[in-house]
Amino acid sequence: MLEEEFVSNGCLIHRLDPRVKIVVVFLFSVFVAVSNRFVIMLAALALGLSIVLLSRLPIKQLVRRLVPANMFILFLWLFLPFTFVGEPLFSAGPLVATHEGVLCAAQISIKSNAIMVMLIALVTSTPILTLGHAMHELRVPKKIVHLFFFTYRYIHVIHREYLRLVSAMKVRGFRPGTNMHTYKTYAYLVGMLLVRSSDRAERVLNAMLCRGFRGNLYSLSAFSLKPHDVISLVLMLALILALGVLEWTKMA
Amino acid sequence: MDKNGLIIDLEDICFGYPGRPRVLDKLSLLFFEGERMGLMGSNGSGKTTMFHIIMGLLKPSAGRIEVFGRPVKKEKDFRDVRKRIGLLFQDADDQLFCPTVLEDVAFGPLNLGKSQDEAKAIAGRTLESLGLAGFQDRITHKLSGGEKKLVSLATVLAMEPEVLLLDEPTTGLDDATEKRLVEILRGLDISYILVSHDMEFLREATTGITCMSNGTIVLDDERIPHTHIHVHEYGRYVHDHGRKWPA
Repeated sequence: MLEEEFVSNGCLIHRLDPRVKIVVVFLFSVFVAVSNRFVIMLAALALGLSIVLLSRLPIKQLVRRLVPANMFILFLWLFLPFTFVGEPLFSAGPLVATHEGVLCAAQISIKSNAIMVMLIALVTSTPILTLGHAMHELRVPKKIVHLFFFTYRYIHVIHREYLRLVSAMKVRGFRPGTNMHTYKTYAYLVGMLLVRSSDRAERVLNAMLCRGFRGNLYSLSAFSLKPHDVISLVLMLALILALGVLEWTKMA
Repeated sequence: MDKNGLIIDLEDICFGYPGRPRVLDKLSLLFFEGERMGLMGSNGSGKTTMFHIIMGLLKPSAGRIEVFGRPVKKEKDFRDVRKRIGLLFQDADDQLFCPTVLEDVAFGPLNLGKSQDEAKAIAGRTLESLGLAGFQDRITHKLSGGEKKLVSLATVLAMEPEVLLLDEPTTGLDDATEKRLVEILRGLDISYILVSHDMEFLREATTGITCMSNGTIVLDDERIPHTHIHVHEYGRYVHDHGRKWPA
């Protein structure tokens, strides 16, 4: 569960202030998502890939992470070209693919990969705890930060509970199949996990109340911007802005 | 104000869930300063429930609670109780909710209004006193079972309580960690109530054992002769117990 495999290889990108990373990823994603020109999208993808190279991430694992998301995009390629109204490009039996449909699918593919590459390069190279604290520092609403922390803390506990339940099923000879018994068993498993998690939440709250919890969580970490953080931030903002200008000049 | 060092005074406490027999049935308990009370009882006899009622996590349906000589009824009263009484939960995963050990141990002091630096200092001191120096940056969910239990104890002790309520602290601990826990408890200058099923542990860490049964404290001073099976080394050979033959 949540092994932080990209964390700590000590290069420049990894040592960046996490706040800088979050701001850059956020702005970059917004700009790429709203852009309409292929030049910009490709430039964004190139930018993302160059940061991946700079941060020396293991390419194999990067690809492994991109595969599941691109499976969704594959479905888009199956449906979009044939459902978009426009100029016909080719036909497969009764289905007609349109020029606009293909373009749209291509746009989505490039955009989402550009954003994902950037996310992986910058955000997954940061320990989750640090990310949470950075979010706090960036004045992200407290409740979101707390949800983030609690999810991180308890996803392991819930995962362990899940594994325990699965082994309890296995040692009594359960073998999943395509039948009612299997569906029912999995439904019980999910139900039991929900019940246990809710009980756990109750007990955690009680433990917190016993230690004087009154609705406030405090952060103990402090960040400081170093020169290379500022330079990187300015550089990245300039690049993102350049993408924005390219988009805008086309509109005008 | 404290009547002869009386800390916890429960009188005729009843508690139950609808449709089931009462968990606590007219339970009364007196707990004095300096006491190290062991509490035994079968599963479901209401030990944990009693702890939760003392801390104000559960509301009794009847009865009177007095802590440190003052009646406690409302949530506000219990907030003061929680500052002075610490509860160690059965499952350390319930107690440790912060990502890192330092944050978890500092959580209580911060809630008590200490500054960040003070809280960090207290956390450091507490960890060190439990032999956990250098644990500050460890990730809580990656600790071993024994470490989790000791860190949980640290999170409670960091609030500098006057009384500890320990709910089966030895469950899942190996012998070495259990011994360490005994040493720690013996070294504390705090009164405590200790729930455990482990006779040996209770004998070493408490000054007296009280029994709970069917939701109430059993006061039974009568001496009852009885026999029991026991295990020790060389038990195969003919031997004698507890009596010196005249020389």
